[in-house]
Amino acid sequence: MRMDLIQPFINAADAVFAESLQGPTKIGDLLMEEGAYHRKGVAALIVIKGDIEGRVILDLAPEVALKVAGILTGAEVTDSEQVVRETVCELANMVIGNSVTLLNDQGYRFKVFPPEIHMNDQGLAGSRDTEAMVLAIETTCGNIYLNIAMHHLARRRRERDAMPVSS
Amino acid sequence: MPQFAALLRKDNQPVRYLVVDDSVFARKNIIKMVQLFGGEIAGEAGDGLTAIAEYNRTKPDIVLMDITMPQMEGIEAVERIVRQYPEARIVMVSSVGYQENILAALQKGAKHFVQKPVKPEVLYEILRYVLSDDPALAGAPVALAGEHRS
Repeated sequence: MRMDLIQPFINAADAVFAESLQGPTKIGDLLMEEGAYHRKGVAALIVIKGDIEGRVILDLAPEVALKVAGILTGAEVTDSEQVVRETVCELANMVIGNSVTLLNDQGYRFKVFPPEIHMNDQGLAGSRDTEAMVLAIETTCGNIYLNIAMHHLARRRRERDAMPVSS
Repeated sequence: MPQFAALLRKDNQPVRYLVVDDSVFARKNIIKMVQLFGGEIAGEAGDGLTAIAEYNRTKPDIVLMDITMPQMEGIEAVERIVRQYPEARIVMVSSVGYQENILAALQKGAKHFVQKPVKPEVLYEILRYVLSDDPALAGAPVALAGEHRS
């Protein structure tokens, strides 16, 4: 797996958590994993297709999500499944949006699908033939886990670049 | 949270904002900031179509508009609002900040762009700039937000 495709997601996540949670963050050890992803809390799965393809999973415990929600809204939040879902979605959208910005400005073109939230006990499907990078980012609210599986489709990019420009 | 001098209209009234984002959290976060700047919330919307209806209803001084939303995206909503109200002042607020997106929004009539997560000091400066561009709106800080204004 190419680190230059993974690094923008890690950098974006670190920056987004530090800024939105208004506190220091620390990136934990990076691990490579294969097969189905075993959720640690509530997970947002985001699929990417285009010059680069793969998926990113952002995963946090419900109690961490509630602390995050309190900081994002600046108010006490009620402990509800909807609050947890919305919080995970919002964090995922910010991380992906910032990562996409970095990759897009490097010339990669791709489509990002809206986050799917997983709260049930089933494992999330891993990307076949692709190993994933797993890491935890320590925040003031608790650990937020990222699982990133991404590969580069050089052929698709070459095809796009070779297309004649229509007048 | 730092204190900010209030951004007021020329008639000394609070600037009225329409906040558009499909995320309730994002809206609450933005609302918290503009209130810190002495602003007033004219309306909220969770998608582009509702944003157009809310603009028609409330005629806000400033719209803070997300890009990626269900039903109608922010850039299309900007185009439709500006077509009907060329004087509309719309600031895009999105986590997706690549150049094509920004240019598309500006070409459709948005005045500025701010990337999420939004830093209050960045949003404040952008609002000050956008407001100062309008002769009907002062944009000049005249008092500290939260201070009593008689």
